[in-house]
Amino acid sequence: MIKVDHIYKTFGEKTVLDDVSCTFETGKVNLIIGQSGMGKTVLMKCTVGLFEVDKGAVYFDGRNFSEMNFKERKPIRQEIGMVFQGGALFDSLTVEQNVMFPLNMFTHMSQEEKLDRVNFCLQRVNLVNSNKLFPSEISGGMKKRVAIARAISMNPKYLFCDEPNSGLDPKTSIVIDNLIMEITQEFGTTTVVNTHDMNSLTEMGEKIVFIYKGKNYWEGTFEELEMSDNPELIDFVYASKIMKSMRKH
Amino acid sequence: MLTKTWFEIGRYWKFMKGLFVKPEKFIVYYRQVMHELVSIGVGALGIVALTSVFMGAVITLQSAYNLVNPMVPLYAVGIVARDSIILEFSPTIIMLVLAGKIGSSIASEIGTMRVTEQIDALEIMGINSSGYLTLPKIVAGLLICPFVVIISMFLGIIGGWIAGDMSGIVPSADYIRGIQDQFLPFNIVFALIKTLVFAYIITSVSAYHGFHTDGGALEVGQSSTKAVVYSSIFILIFDYILTQLILA
Repeated sequence: MIKVDHIYKTFGEKTVLDDVSCTFETGKVNLIIGQSGMGKTVLMKCTVGLFEVDKGAVYFDGRNFSEMNFKERKPIRQEIGMVFQGGALFDSLTVEQNVMFPLNMFTHMSQEEKLDRVNFCLQRVNLVNSNKLFPSEISGGMKKRVAIARAISMNPKYLFCDEPNSGLDPKTSIVIDNLIMEITQEFGTTTVVNTHDMNSLTEMGEKIVFIYKGKNYWEGTFEELEMSDNPELIDFVYASKIMKSMRKH
Repeated sequence: MLTKTWFEIGRYWKFMKGLFVKPEKFIVYYRQVMHELVSIGVGALGIVALTSVFMGAVITLQSAYNLVNPMVPLYAVGIVARDSIILEFSPTIIMLVLAGKIGSSIASEIGTMRVTEQIDALEIMGINSSGYLTLPKIVAGLLICPFVVIISMFLGIIGGWIAGDMSGIVPSADYIRGIQDQFLPFNIVFALIKTLVFAYIITSVSAYHGFHTDGGALEVGQSSTKAVVYSSIFILIFDYILTQLILA
């Protein structure tokens, strides 16, 4: 379990996170939802330590991550897999080399063992015969899948996905959502997904944190969300015509 | 302005401090160094060769044009060309050319990695991103640039020889006598010391600017320009300082 405990983050004069507390549960897909510019990505980056929090703390299974220095964080970092918005694949490496990269850096596996692991991860995300392609030669959806394969290559305990569906068509988005759900269930990871895609919310929202104006405005399950009368949450979730019509029914 | 300068200096030293920590895996860094040696050294040979041959030719012809006094022997053109090439042209001008070629390439490569979150991906994995991306480039620059400069010296002197002989202004025999006359091996040592300092400046300053890119494609271009401008300025400043310290 990841516990975010009263964190604050400001950039210059602008307070982006204002006393945010929440928990991300083990073996579940935890969604951070909210409008653009409300602090979702900053919350995720503060959680994984890409941004330092001004106040408060983040605990990974009871370990205070915020108090650790770079060296102390290393073992926890190796338990984290992250899928970035644009994939963040290394341009100069092939698909295979991208997935193999963490294995090269942190394991003493033989080349054969590493290749087996890479092929397992690529098969797991339904990518075959793409090993030798470069990121510039594959589609957006494939890039996301390679990014997921790289993220799971080290058997992570914690999986973070920053807007995994951005720039993807609805069908491919569902494939990615299902993949994230399956991996969470299969490996028992604590998965945190940052999204403003309502399809994702309905597809895989097990635990939801709604961020509004830098605060944790609402937290609960998908069933609780359907019953909620929080005006900001309703305004956000049911903004589109499709969602409005769903609510009427 | 002054505050910003101090901020940049402080941030540069902090960045440098981050480079010299134990690598995650030595073999990966070694492979990166090998890759950078090819990219920095072999990739620059074409432009270096072309510039050196023509600059050597021009230096020889201009020296001959200026040394018209009958009291000055013709072989003096060879001495002037040799010393100009070894002391100043090859270590300084060629390194300024390399600042443009290598500097912009390093800054844009690292800058693009920054804006596409590839550096964040490295950090999430627990990799010292500044060390992983920059240290191999610095080491490769320090290893390969002296060879590039020595090749440039050789080609510059050859270029002068061809130009002098082909134009008939400096006969081959006079030129060859000139380049051998009063030769000080220390001049080569001095040139290589300068080369090492300039190689460090080019790779570290360019990597620094690339690493601290913030924004998108426009900012990557700006970082690349800054890398070339600041590398060139520091090369000129350190050229003066080193000449004053070592030769004066």
